[in-house]
Amino acid sequence: MSKIHVTTSINGDSVEYLCEPDESLLDVLRNHVGLTGAKEGCSTGDCGACSVTLDGRLVCSCLVLGAEAEGREITTIEGMADGDALHPLQRHILEGAALQCGICTPGILIAAKALLEKNPDPSEVEVRYWLAGNLCRCTGYDKIIRAVLNAAAEMRGA
Amino acid sequence: MQFHSPDTIEQAIELLDESRGINRILAGGTDVLVQLRLKLATPDLIVDIKHIDGMRDIRAENGGFRIGAAVSGAEMEEHAALKSLWPGVVEAMALVGSTQVQGRATLTGNLCNASPAADSVPAMVAAQAVATIVGPKGARTCPVLDIPAGPGQTTLQKAEIITSIYLPARPQNSGDAYLRFIPRTEMDIAVSAAGVSLTLDGNDVVTDAKVALGAVAPTVLSLDGVAETLIGTKLDADTLAKLQSTCAAACKPIDDRRGTIAFRTKTAGVLAKRAALIAYIRAGGTK
Repeated sequence: MSKIHVTTSINGDSVEYLCEPDESLLDVLRNHVGLTGAKEGCSTGDCGACSVTLDGRLVCSCLVLGAEAEGREITTIEGMADGDALHPLQRHILEGAALQCGICTPGILIAAKALLEKNPDPSEVEVRYWLAGNLCRCTGYDKIIRAVLNAAAEMRGA
Repeated sequence: MQFHSPDTIEQAIELLDESRGINRILAGGTDVLVQLRLKLATPDLIVDIKHIDGMRDIRAENGGFRIGAAVSGAEMEEHAALKSLWPGVVEAMALVGSTQVQGRATLTGNLCNASPAADSVPAMVAAQAVATIVGPKGARTCPVLDIPAGPGQTTLQKAEIITSIYLPARPQNSGDAYLRFIPRTEMDIAVSAAGVSLTLDGNDVVTDAKVALGAVAPTVLSLDGVAETLIGTKLDADTLAKLQSTCAAACKPIDDRRGTIAFRTKTAGVLAKRAALIAYIRAGGTK
């Protein structure tokens, strides 16, 4: 198989890579670009651990081909904090102890950020539905949902 | 495997037509990439159609909407005018997968994946949606009902691509709805499902009706005879009971770990009844 040359934007930086035609964006990020924040859980789009945004749209990077990223804009968990300053969602997840093993956390943060950009004041039910595709096998979700609602309140200045 | 993302439909068809092996058309990829990963398919060629003109557009056309083959569920959900004309189709598509899957999954992909349980398909059949297909011999149209041929099988010929799906204009006082049964609240595959589209006159009397069932046969079922039952009524209890029994009688489901034949048959009828009531209220009827 001949490799495909891709130029794309990741977290605002222009990035070039070579990938196999059947390689997923998740594998490209982790194995070629060195961004290992997106995790592989199921690799079939069920668990959300590999969530990234593609042109601002929340997607599972395991369900995107690396070759499809040509000319697009990707954001990953690595682009979330501003230097050492954590995003309010990251801070509330930490402060609320809303994680145990941490595998699902990057995906949950990316998905929650996409929600708050669309809806800064979601109800608990809306948060639960939005995050239905982000599986966590440790926490029972309650602290995650609370952390997202608390971060949303802080970001609204409430 | 070769990956191409052509700029024109002609190039895409040529690539598919010349391919001698297994090929896949890529739009949202939420089924194709799963097939790849689970080695359910090992394509020699993938043709990404997202760069072709019109594939990502929702266009108003003759009072209806033409939805390009690469339009995502999330984009449909955000389109207020589409949602207001065909709420049942949009809500059916919105039930496919998670928020992440909605960011990529397409109406056309849901149709072409040809799962008997595809959520958007009964809603599209009730809406009398029509696919536009382009292939080596030119363009043709085909009712969505006639695309699925069996589980995982479609009636599309070699190198044919569905480029868009048209949801037609509808008279005043029309409404549609889609309901499915799943054992959980989210993120599951329909055990049984029903799509209903109704038109009423000014006095809450049904003048046109379409009912389709999902996940209870190898392909979507269009219940053509049911219109007679509903037309001329205000969906009174007897009519709804008749609708339920007609639907149940049409079911030819399988027994599997997600539902028994008896359960699928019973729930399909109940869902049709409930979806009819929602469609009736959306059409302006009072209950």
